[in-house]
Amino acid sequence: MTSPTRVVTLRIDDREVSAREDETILQVARDNEIFIPTLCCLEGLSTWGACRLCLVEVSGSNKLLAACATRVAQDLEVKTNTPRILAYRRTILELLFSERNHVCSVCVANGECELQNLAQRCGVDHIRVSYRYPELSLDLSNDLFRLDPNRCILCTRCVRVCDEIEGAHTWDVMGRGIDCQVITDLKAPWGESKSCTSCGKCVHVCPTGALSQRGTAIAEVHHHRDFLPYLTQMRGERD
Amino acid sequence: MPSDELVALKTKAEQRNRANRICVCTAASCQSVGADRVHKAFEAEVNKSQREEQVEVRAVGCMGLCSAGPLVRIENDETAVLYRNVTEQDASALAQSIGRAPVERLICPTDVPFFTRQHKIVLANCGQIHPERIEDYVAVGGYEALYRAITEMTPGEVLADVKASGLRGRGGAGYPTGLKWQTVAKSPDPVKYVVCNADEGDPGAFMDRSVLESDPHRVLEGMAIAAYAVGANLGYVYVRAEYPLAISRLRLAIRQAKAANLLGQNVAGTRFEFSVDIRLGAGAFVCGEETALLLSIEGRRGQPRPRPPYPAERGLFGRATLINNVETYANIATIVDRGGASYASIGTERSKGTKVFALAGQVKNTGLIEVPMGISLREIVEDMGGGVPAGGRIKAVQTGGPSGGCIPNEHLDMPVDYDSLQQVGSIMGSGGMIVMDESSNMVEVARYFMEFSMSESCGKCVPCRVGTYQMHQILSRMLSGCAGPGDLSMLEELTRAVGETSLCGLGQSAPNPIKSTLRYYRSEYEEALRKSRPSMPLAEEGVR
Amino acid sequence: MTSATTAGLTQRPRLATVWLDGCSGCHMSLLDLDARLFELVSLCDVVYGPLVDTKRVPEEIDLTLVEGAVSSDHDWHLVIELRARSKLLVAFGDCAVTGNVPSMRNVVPLSAIYQRVFPAAAAIGGDCPTVGVPRLLDRVLPVHQVVSVDLFLPGCPPAAEAIYQVLLDVLAQRAPEPLKLTRFGA
Ligand SMILES: Cc1cc2nc3c(=O)[nH]c(=O)nc-3n(C[C@H](O)[C@H](O)[C@H](O)COP(=O)(O)O)c2cc1C
Ligand code: SF4
Ligand code: SF4
Ligand code: SF4
Ligand code: SF4
Ligand code: FES
Ligand code: FES
Repeated sequence: MTSPTRVVTLRIDDREVSAREDETILQVARDNEIFIPTLCCLEGLSTWGACRLCLVEVSGSNKLLAACATRVAQDLEVKTNTPRILAYRRTILELLFSERNHVCSVCVANGECELQNLAQRCGVDHIRVSYRYPELSLDLSNDLFRLDPNRCILCTRCVRVCDEIEGAHTWDVMGRGIDCQVITDLKAPWGESKSCTSCGKCVHVCPTGALSQRGTAIAEVHHHRDFLPYLTQMRGERD
Repeated sequence: MPSDELVALKTKAEQRNRANRICVCTAASCQSVGADRVHKAFEAEVNKSQREEQVEVRAVGCMGLCSAGPLVRIENDETAVLYRNVTEQDASALAQSIGRAPVERLICPTDVPFFTRQHKIVLANCGQIHPERIEDYVAVGGYEALYRAITEMTPGEVLADVKASGLRGRGGAGYPTGLKWQTVAKSPDPVKYVVCNADEGDPGAFMDRSVLESDPHRVLEGMAIAAYAVGANLGYVYVRAEYPLAISRLRLAIRQAKAANLLGQNVAGTRFEFSVDIRLGAGAFVCGEETALLLSIEGRRGQPRPRPPYPAERGLFGRATLINNVETYANIATIVDRGGASYASIGTERSKGTKVFALAGQVKNTGLIEVPMGISLREIVEDMGGGVPAGGRIKAVQTGGPSGGCIPNEHLDMPVDYDSLQQVGSIMGSGGMIVMDESSNMVEVARYFMEFSMSESCGKCVPCRVGTYQMHQILSRMLSGCAGPGDLSMLEELTRAVGETSLCGLGQSAPNPIKSTLRYYRSEYEEALRKSRPSMPLAEEGVR
Repeated sequence: MTSATTAGLTQRPRLATVWLDGCSGCHMSLLDLDARLFELVSLCDVVYGPLVDTKRVPEEIDLTLVEGAVSSDHDWHLVIELRARSKLLVAFGDCAVTGNVPSMRNVVPLSAIYQRVFPAAAAIGGDCPTVGVPRLLDRVLPVHQVVSVDLFLPGCPPAAEAIYQVLLDVLAQRAPEPLKLTRFGA
């Protein structure tokens, strides 16, 4: 990758913006303080493209594209807030709330939760589909951290940070469809994991109350994510 | 000048040829009704009468009219008679009829629309040749197209032929094959792959399996020609593990082709090199999606990823990769053989060639058919299929399986091509075609397909993972009479949201069965709502 | 907001509140309006609910605040009755909006809950209280899954300020914007 990257200009929501051609629509929107909701994407981790909250309309395509996974191009016209997009965002958030058991008032992440914040910001004031109420049990086997699958949205940030940054690959996704679950070490209790280094990175990248430090009570979660871009940058310079 | 390899194989086939042949269909459907026993009975019969020198008993692939199986064709170089519902007890009478009058009571007429309206390219050898003998394939002209391509044509000329043929992908999406090949051919990547998608996950679909079981060399030849055209040396066939017969025949075919110098290094003495390997899929529907399939070949979790980049740019192991469906490859040899323009004379303006369908459901004749694009749906289901068995009215025809839709009776006169099917809210899909009579409840039909999509969703993206579940919930509530007043509008909203926001084709097309039944049979949904009484979900009496 | 929230109210609007399966926290938060309660009362009449003495549901109500989820046959019938008699019905607080804490029982069979709550009774043969108590529903429901709801006011509980603003807007027939003031779990 030694060829110089070009600079392109494009329009996002009728604003003229410029960007490096290797940037994603999401990066450019963020640089220009244009709001696009995201849950699975986290700077410093590989692109996953699965929460579908960052979908935008792009000229020349009648398909909606994930801003986190789509590169900019010269003269692209991007729309981030058409009625269609706003409606789909709400529906996707509602689906997430219906999938597991989210009881914000008694959740460790209350007030620090990306799902909760997006619901408020995107206008989700109730869930129109029926709740699923799955029966899921907590993993409290780890002395330092706990997993509460009731709050998990399967964004796989934990999977990716543990694999790509920490190099431990403790987490994985098991099952398919609505039965998917994140698991540690082939579904062994987390506390018995041979691969986990207890670095805590997964806990810090988790957007919800699914992963938390032991000892935190309701609304006590705090995330420290400064390590991410820094680490990936270091790694990028190395190879 | 034909290659020495091909001449040798042809001679071998001729030496083996007998004046009379008893061809027994031993493909899956006939097998399930005793074809293997029939085959053995014929062998014993011929053996007993010591006529091995005059009569060959040949196990062949699917003959098409599976509903009348086991099928047996007794032929010599002049005539052929097809027999239906043959049992082991019939073997002796039939074997003795050779050289005499045919056995009337078992004759299956072949001058009926089911057979006469077909146009066989992909299935030309199915039910004719012995699938486990490369010389049989070569005897009917097999591998000549490959030989001609690599000795007389440039890759560019092959590509031009495929483009001129107008062939579109038969795996579902109908993307122009020539265009896809061109993208891969143009890629500067020094390593390229050719992949054959034989995952065939649609419930009720068995077109690809039949081709692989009945004529595996045709697919290998198509892949080899493709490899030559795009500049690849290695290919993979991704087959679902539930197809053991297809797998073993494919394995054998690869071995035979290698031994005959038609695969491997210096193919037929040229500088062209191409090897093929088999990879088995565990039978997840989503692994038929191209990006998931490629990850699965790499040994990773078979889950779709966002496109672009498309496989043609960055596919298997990050390399430029051509991925096509079994049936797509099965058309290639014919295209090179007869020329792209000749192939393009079959079909309609924007849908060229033929399409194989697995005709099923409420029709008299079910089985595998290959028809020219543009044939009317009515011709297929009423003339060829013979209509509803008890004489009832066809209510709808479902095409495209869980990604497709229901086409109501009033549209039966439409031509079967990619664009017309899309216009009426369905898709060509990979070739499933299910006929429904008036007894079908369309909400039930929609739920059946949604149940499939829900359980096959890989779970990666939110709209498909949770949306298919919620749509299934609503449909179930409607069918059990406890839907709420808002359920229909929520269902419609979910069909739009899931269709437009899902990551891969599975989620994007999962709402299609609902959308199309809502479009044509909305009253059945409204009726279900009218009958619904949301009742108080009181805890059971005992639980106090 | 739904157009219903700005639908014509009576000259002197009649306000009802009700407390279904909730902890009364939302009502407490309403009382936290303190002095501003007088302002509120000057704008409407409180005609039904835990804050007043009336035992019967009045025939005509302009605005009903429903606290709590629907958990029993009693809740079910009451909320249907209130809906029928109210011009506007507000799901008031997280329990009404989402089911919240009361709905946490939905992941376990009811029988297990009885065992847990009345262990002694369960031990001697299921003699749980049955007379004079409402019969429980199989699962706890948010209000909008039983009746149509015109406005959702999430929060556990919604802050007094949020309640105040929203009520003022509704009584003035302006479209309220609750999510500017509160959220799930707030
Ligand atoms: C969920 C899903 C399942 C699919 N299954 C198959 C399949 O079983 N066989 C197939 O050839 N294509 C399947 N496809 C289509 C492939 O992604 C791809 O488009 C096709 O293999 C390309 O070949 P073609 O151009 O020859 O059709 C599937 C697509 C999706 C989204
Ligand atoms: S994870 Fe977030 S949305 Fe879920 S209960 Fe906790 S705070 Fe609420
Ligand atoms: S604590 Fe670190 S090593 Fe352990 S699972 Fe989390 S990210 Fe992986
Ligand atoms: S545990 Fe947290 S980080 Fe991991 S998938 Fe679930 S929500 Fe995402
Ligand atoms: S649409 Fe369905 S199958 Fe495709 S990636 Fe999303 S969850 Fe997986
Ligand atoms: S942030 Fe783009 S799909 Fe999740
Ligand atoms: S399987 Fe024998 S005719 Fe199809």
